[in-house]
Amino acid sequence: MAADLFTHVLRQGDRALVLSHRLAQWITHAPTLEEDVALANISLDLLGQARHLFTYAGELEGEGHDEDHFAYWRDASEFRNPLLVEQPNGDFAVTIARQVFHDQAAVLYWESMSDSGDTTIAALAVRARNETAFHLQHSAGWLIRLGDGTDESRRRAQAAVDAMWPFTSELLGADDEGALRADGLIGESIESTWQVAVADILLEAGLERPTSIEQRTGGLHGAHSEHLEPLLHEMQGLARAHPGATW
Amino acid sequence: MTGLLDIVRSVDDPELPHLTIGDLGMVRDVAVDGRIARIRITPTYTGCPATEQIRADVEAAVIDAGYEPVVEFEMAPPWSTDDISPEGRAKLHAAGIAPPAPTGDGPVSLDLPVPCPQCGSRRTRLTSAFGATACKALHVCDACRQPFESFKAI
Repeated sequence: MAADLFTHVLRQGDRALVLSHRLAQWITHAPTLEEDVALANISLDLLGQARHLFTYAGELEGEGHDEDHFAYWRDASEFRNPLLVEQPNGDFAVTIARQVFHDQAAVLYWESMSDSGDTTIAALAVRARNETAFHLQHSAGWLIRLGDGTDESRRRAQAAVDAMWPFTSELLGADDEGALRADGLIGESIESTWQVAVADILLEAGLERPTSIEQRTGGLHGAHSEHLEPLLHEMQGLARAHPGATW
Repeated sequence: MTGLLDIVRSVDDPELPHLTIGDLGMVRDVAVDGRIARIRITPTYTGCPATEQIRADVEAAVIDAGYEPVVEFEMAPPWSTDDISPEGRAKLHAAGIAPPAPTGDGPVSLDLPVPCPQCGSRRTRLTSAFGATACKALHVCDACRQPFESFKAI
């Protein structure tokens, strides 16, 4: 079945929300104070993007659901984020490899959406693209320093790249959004540009680009890894224990 | 309704108290119909947690002026740091925050050293693109040896 615009917007909102929560888990644990602030800021940007996307998803769906509904009142099988963003933080290198793959895709995605025939998404895309460019600058800078650092940082960075690589194909688009593309609602495929850009970053970092690792997919259709449920349990616990609570 | 427009524009930004939302270029339109004042505002950074506070402050200011507020947030056309007024840029500078560079059409670039708002030197370094609020980056000036913040151009 072809995905509609609601599904597309929900996938993007879930991607941003789940990664936002993963990054928030670093707060008070990051290697330095500046990094703590940086990861918190990136998390906050992603949360802001998720809120706009969920609000718009609610309008497209037309059933009166607000942003809180999508964040707090759906179970894991109803989430449509790519598997990459739900992967555990691991060590700092894993978080950074995950972030580089994500940020490069997000920059290209938002760039491609600034020409969308849907004016709501196109307007969000311009600002999200500029915010995401700062994220990529930060994560790619770290991956290059880790890859080009000590033997230990290089070993860990390569292990992280290898561990996150199987989750990258889902970042580059869904197999059921062709009709949205034909209608001009979503942009051209970002896959080849992403491959070139990521290869450049890995080259500068002195890291090997994995080639023969099998890709894992399913998140965009609700088939998640075992890691999403504990994350949602933590994120949704308060809202579910106290429905309708406000500050 | 110039009077009400000025009142709305003069609402302070909660995180940059020396700046108003008018300085930031957030107020798109004020339309009055009887007792109803319809205010259109554009949000700045997508993750800015001050957005809800701004809505509440605008509503309070409009009620004080004797109208019933209807505040709408408008995404398109998107806000940019280029919308900050010359007065707003001067206030940022006076508060020790380097105003944002023009965004232009190209990719975001942090390569050009930001002039130090304290001594004016361009011998400055970016220390982190992420600061105490979503809109600011951290720098240090090698001339006067002082750290400072800049408003990120988006």
